Amino acid sequence: MKIKIKKGLDLKICGAVTDSDIHQMETDLIAIDPDDFTGLKPKLDVKEGDSVAIGSPLMHDKYRPEVKIVSPVAGRVKAIVRGERRKIVRVEVESCGTASGIVKYDIPTGFTSENAVRLLAESGLLTEMRQRPYDIIPDISKTPRDIFVTAIDSAPLAAAYETYMPTDLKVYEAAVKFLSVVTSGKIYISHREDSFFAGIKGAESVTVTGPHPSGNAGVQAANISPVNKSETIWTLGIDTLYRIGILVTAGRRDCSTVVAVTGPEVVKPSLIRTVFGASISTVTRGLVKKSDHHIRIISGNVFNGVAEKENGYMHFPYRQITVIAEGDDIAEFMGWASLKPSKASVSPTFPGHFLGRFFAPDARLNGGRRAMIMSGEYDRVVPLDIMPEYLIKAIISHDIDAMEKLGIYEVAPEDFAVAEYVDTSKLPLQQIVREGLDYMRQSVE
Amino acid sequence: MKFLKNYLDRVRPNFEEGGKLHAFRSVFDGFDTFLFTPSTTSPKRGLQIHDAIDSKRTMIIVVMALMPCFFFGMYNTGYQHQLALGLDTFPFWEMMLYGFLSILPKVVVAYLVGLGIEFAFAQWRHEEIQEGFLVSGILIPMILPVETPLWMMAVAVAFSVIFVKEVFGGTGYNIFNVALVTRAVLFFSYPAQMSGDRVFVATGKALGYGTAAVDGYTCATPLGQIATHSGGALELTGAGGDPLTAWDAFVGLIPGSFGETSVICILIGAAILLLCRIADPRIMLSVFAGGLIMGWIANTFETPTYPASYLSPVDQLLYGGFAFAAVFMATDPVTAARTTTGKYIYGFLIGVIAVIIRTYNNGYPEGAMLAVLLMNAFAPLIDYCVVQSNIRRRMRRARINSKTA
Repeated sequence: MKIKIKKGLDLKICGAVTDSDIHQMETDLIAIDPDDFTGLKPKLDVKEGDSVAIGSPLMHDKYRPEVKIVSPVAGRVKAIVRGERRKIVRVEVESCGTASGIVKYDIPTGFTSENAVRLLAESGLLTEMRQRPYDIIPDISKTPRDIFVTAIDSAPLAAAYETYMPTDLKVYEAAVKFLSVVTSGKIYISHREDSFFAGIKGAESVTVTGPHPSGNAGVQAANISPVNKSETIWTLGIDTLYRIGILVTAGRRDCSTVVAVTGPEVVKPSLIRTVFGASISTVTRGLVKKSDHHIRIISGNVFNGVAEKENGYMHFPYRQITVIAEGDDIAEFMGWASLKPSKASVSPTFPGHFLGRFFAPDARLNGGRRAMIMSGEYDRVVPLDIMPEYLIKAIISHDIDAMEKLGIYEVAPEDFAVAEYVDTSKLPLQQIVREGLDYMRQSVE
Repeated sequence: MKFLKNYLDRVRPNFEEGGKLHAFRSVFDGFDTFLFTPSTTSPKRGLQIHDAIDSKRTMIIVVMALMPCFFFGMYNTGYQHQLALGLDTFPFWEMMLYGFLSILPKVVVAYLVGLGIEFAFAQWRHEEIQEGFLVSGILIPMILPVETPLWMMAVAVAFSVIFVKEVFGGTGYNIFNVALVTRAVLFFSYPAQMSGDRVFVATGKALGYGTAAVDGYTCATPLGQIATHSGGALELTGAGGDPLTAWDAFVGLIPGSFGETSVICILIGAAILLLCRIADPRIMLSVFAGGLIMGWIANTFETPTYPASYLSPVDQLLYGGFAFAAVFMATDPVTAARTTTGKYIYGFLIGVIAVIIRTYNNGYPEGAMLAVLLMNAFAPLIDYCVVQSNIRRRMRRARINSKTA
């Protein structure tokens, strides 16, 4: 199957990874932030000082205790950092070089839907997946109609999966076979043209072309077979599919990941192999430019990431770090009138629009927040068969009936990232959609 | 510019909560963000960078697109004045100066009244000042006859900024186009001063400059002449008594509201708006299409009862405020239809209704203003229907799926 996505935007930013060497970075400190796993209410399984193995649970969901977040390293729980009202901010684990504890899972020969889902939940792999509606960790009480795996990361500066994922298709195929008992429908794997992922047997292969957000599994699902009311689909990345493959073939958790360290403030953009939740300072060691201005280290990409300090930790999906200028120390005189070619914009009123060059953006909003003024801006970049403007308005006005009719079940915040980027009125669209999804879920379930 | 930034940073505390100039916070904010791009950065989670475009730049581009019309308006005001004096010399700079001095008080008053109200509301609501009135403030003098009394304009601006925009929540929330409502308020409240044959050509001195024409001089706009025409061959005349042609209307050397006479300049403005992707080409094109088609229908069934039906479809687009309304009024994104299909319907109906009003209602020689305002009211309904059809299509999809499943 082939699908072509027309709407969207490929931002040109400097600092992409050019060579495919993967450098190993050992980290002795990791941290897991439960906020990365939307829809999970965390309860601790460990205390400070407890020793943990790779794959042993750190936290579980309050409402579905079998859904666990597991430790990616073997070692000792160093600290449990809490915020306001004792909210868990992160669990820090110190790895001990000598301790090589790893949880072994019993893999039965035949799977039923029930024990397969249970295995996904217990091993923490479920937290790496999302479901539509609501863009949360899959609700294990519901059978997914289809499962969508994306082997495309279309976000700015992201490294292609093909450059660093193992090419052993058997592992992927084992995972597909395993997942096929979970769903009554199909498993789709979307990839770019001429990708080796097209060779994975057992799944429906989909070739996707087009600009970001064409790599979002939800966008692909909407263009292949959209989610309707009372249906559920699961989405995951090809890296998670590989980890499922390792689980069912070797009986252990693979918590390693390859991080693309990218962005205009990086000396030499590189691929770094490390583990989940690695500390930013170890991953970016020697890679960040020394500069006299403020910088912003983003765990993730510029459309969808978490800004972290140098002493912070990586966030799910642990695939990319982007370093850009913060911009709060720039006093730009009449920036709105600027004709500087270094300004990136989709608007033809900026010369940069025509130059086709690569930009070094900073984190400023570049304007004040306004009511929705320009029309059709979101339509141009949201490749879904919905009315984005009207959905946003329905969410803002808490109109459940309208939200449902306008397709809230089909969307995730990440689908609105490009719209938020181009928005003249600087509205926080992703946050609005997130709040809408949470409100909807609260009211309906 | 460092010293200016430092100065602003130093005086800022005075304008914050508890400062002695707190009552002017919105004004300070307005100037601060105008001079220096705000250094607010993206929140921790989510989108990390933003496009360089903002509402200030968008609005300024619209003002720039209006400039050709504005400068031509200055020239034409001077030109019409010379004709009214019966002169046949047309010194460029003197005419420009006369035009400039005639329009200057109106621009100043429109901005003072409008922005004053906006600043007050922004302060009251604890909001940033919004840029919407930057455009309205220049549009208003341009769509009014040059001889409109200043106090009337001030009253109308105040009325429409408060009751058309601010009561609905400010820029982005208004249902009707603020500039057009200002014109409509004047048109219906002061019909004697606002229409007819006395206001479209500047006859007095402009801020003391120039020569005053003889008392009792009158010259109606071409559409005004058509509306009052009865019997005999229709011949349009200009301010000097010479016959007018469609070419004059295209160039714009005809009596009319200050900025709307020259179709050439309007087209330059349209090109700027379209190239900058600020205005929607769908709306513009469909307004012209609607006007042409209705103009053709009216022209096909021409009748002496309705003298405007003698105008050819192209004439309908050239005379009066039609082209100006199509390019600058109908495309206002806030009051126009917002859906793609909706924009075609909205624009087309504006074109049709403008010509209908103009042709079949002798009371109103100009229909473009009323057509845009009427469609402003209907835009949400058009959008509603378009959105409903999207909803219906997706509901049908859901039903088909549940059947096959």
